[in-house]
Amino acid sequence: MPTELSRLDLLESEAVHLIREVVAEFDRPALLFSGGKDSAVLLRLAEKAMAPAPIPFPVLHVDTGHNFEEVLEFRDRRAAELGVRLVVASVQDSIDVGRVAEQPGGSRNRAQTVTLLDAIAEHRFDALFGGARRDEERARAKERMLSFRDAFGQWDPRNQRPELWNLYNGLIHPGEHVRAFPLSNWTERDVWAYIECEGVELPSLYFAHNRKVFERDGMLLADNPFLPRDPSEVLVEKSVRFRTVGDMTCTGAVPSTATTVSEVIAEIAATRVSERGQTRADDRTSAAAMEDRKREGYF
Amino acid sequence: MSTATDQRPAFAPARSLLRFATAGAVDDGKSTLIGRLLHDSRSLLADQLEQLELASAERGDDGLDLAMLTDGLRAEREQGITIDVAHRYFETARRAFIIADTPGHAQYTRNMVTGASTADLAIVLVDARNGLTEQSRRHAVLAALLRVRQLVLAVNKMDLVGFDEAVFGTIAAEFAAFTDRLEVRQVTAIPISALRGDNVVHRSEAMPWYDGPSLLEHLEEVDAGDDRAAGPFRLPVQCALRAPERDYRGYAGQIAGGTIAQDEEVLHLPSGTRTTVVAVDTADGELDRARAPQSVTVRLADDLDVGRGDMLCAAENAPAATEELTAEVCWMSATSALEPGRRLLLKHTTRTVKAVVAEVRDRLDVTTLHRSPVVRLELNEIGAVVLRLAQPVFCDRYADNRATGGAVLIDEATHATVGAVLITGTH
Repeated sequence: MPTELSRLDLLESEAVHLIREVVAEFDRPALLFSGGKDSAVLLRLAEKAMAPAPIPFPVLHVDTGHNFEEVLEFRDRRAAELGVRLVVASVQDSIDVGRVAEQPGGSRNRAQTVTLLDAIAEHRFDALFGGARRDEERARAKERMLSFRDAFGQWDPRNQRPELWNLYNGLIHPGEHVRAFPLSNWTERDVWAYIECEGVELPSLYFAHNRKVFERDGMLLADNPFLPRDPSEVLVEKSVRFRTVGDMTCTGAVPSTATTVSEVIAEIAATRVSERGQTRADDRTSAAAMEDRKREGYF
Repeated sequence: MSTATDQRPAFAPARSLLRFATAGAVDDGKSTLIGRLLHDSRSLLADQLEQLELASAERGDDGLDLAMLTDGLRAEREQGITIDVAHRYFETARRAFIIADTPGHAQYTRNMVTGASTADLAIVLVDARNGLTEQSRRHAVLAALLRVRQLVLAVNKMDLVGFDEAVFGTIAAEFAAFTDRLEVRQVTAIPISALRGDNVVHRSEAMPWYDGPSLLEHLEEVDAGDDRAAGPFRLPVQCALRAPERDYRGYAGQIAGGTIAQDEEVLHLPSGTRTTVVAVDTADGELDRARAPQSVTVRLADDLDVGRGDMLCAAENAPAATEELTAEVCWMSATSALEPGRRLLLKHTTRTVKAVVAEVRDRLDVTTLHRSPVVRLELNEIGAVVLRLAQPVFCDRYADNRATGGAVLIDEATHATVGAVLITGTH
């Protein structure tokens, strides 16, 4: 009998199985790729699920227009290296044509949902892989591995399809779609452990570097043209890294000296603050902020 | 032996993973218990605690309302109840845990069935003041039916019965007598107070008469019982993977039972052709041997017509290939009943086939185990059903293999998942 499977083996095997199920049962899947660590891991899993064949679906990036340069560079390079088609859906375009209005405060996080749903309709995607994890947030804890979305892209947490064993019901009507979450059962530490043992490449943003930042609501925000500062918010140069990567207007940095994956893992092991609590301003709006966005069709 | 597993660097957490489901009636303190497990095992981070303190204070609660941690939906927090299955994660130095947090209402039997389908262990929570209820028996029966081999009876709110040993003893004995009639491997009873934290993570000083482990100690040590690799080899084929430039053609799938290695003989279903495994591949290279539940790609010696929905299996120990099944079905639709003549889709492994209900034989009373003849099953009812299929499926009894013995029923019109199928026999 072979040795026991490790926890990462089990999680990888489960994720690969779901990716193959979606590829086998859907006509037009795509993978949501933000350039962040979870989507980088997801892309690696897709590569492994299909090997030695190439990844047979495009990657979709919903670009808020407020992204870090390092992330866009990484996005373009990874897509080219893997030979996958990159589809960029632009929130700026949605604003320009009047589909969404700019929010006060400059956050375009909520606006992403409209752009995403428009892109799904335009490209007729019927399944979208996402890197969301159930440990991130309590509304996400309620999410299925294969999650049904109605013709308006909406998630109805009270009316989800029961998900038994490893059987995923992927039947949909035209216009409806599913979201597939292969990383559902992974924790932040699992993701980092996988990054380490697989050598998954990440944008440089994830490692300590000197950057001009200012403090707002207890978070360190990067100096950027999309976020006006009031006079009390003073720029300082600090050694920081990012724990999540998203819109520059709501993604906080953490003070850090970790320049390698193992140093990042050591810092995470010692931290007393959760990933979203430390770095995501958009989840602080209300206790149900994520639930509300998810109902509308957010990832 | 060199497998991909062995090549993982030492920093990959190799600790085992235990999946468990929690069940308890409303107000038995299930959410508080999970909150207590997370809190006392130091799995909560400062901001999560802060959020909890804030929410507890807003509700006017004295101290921490640990239940608020797990109620993820607005409606749940407002009503103070749990509506749907949620999954929680925590780890200790010894093991990582995935909790399927399932609601306790009788009307949520389908959620309990869903949560238990992947669980190695189930915790049945009872209120010490009320003793065993119909709900407790239902939870034990459902867990046993879903082939959860380990049961824990957590007798909660011991502080409200003066930490009385006799109260615990009576409930534990009654539960043991009931579960004797069920197919479970081990039943463990633990007296706790989720609110105070007695015997949840730390052993309680208030109950010196109890010398067993705390709940967490038990969860860390219990035999996780992954016997998936022990049975005969089963590989439901998900898809063929091809790389024409390398002349590569392999069949991808997650091993549903047993193990497989190069040079072993396998049988292909439905053709019934025997062939030999040339290689067991993963993206990391060939494996000497692979086991359930690994996802692999298998290359075969012969050029067979193999596609999605087919199965590769042990040559000398094949599953039944059948167009008629008897099964325990848990019906999950609120808008329609399961009755003879009803047409549905059956999704079994990687194969989806048309099915018709040939017969509804009985309904199982999940509190008394009594069976009574009925003509239909309604929402959350479980009973013996005969299904006739348009094409054969390749199946084992659920008691022998959860992956090849379980299936779901899907409504062709609405696409809703309406039934859980536990195969008991073939014709």
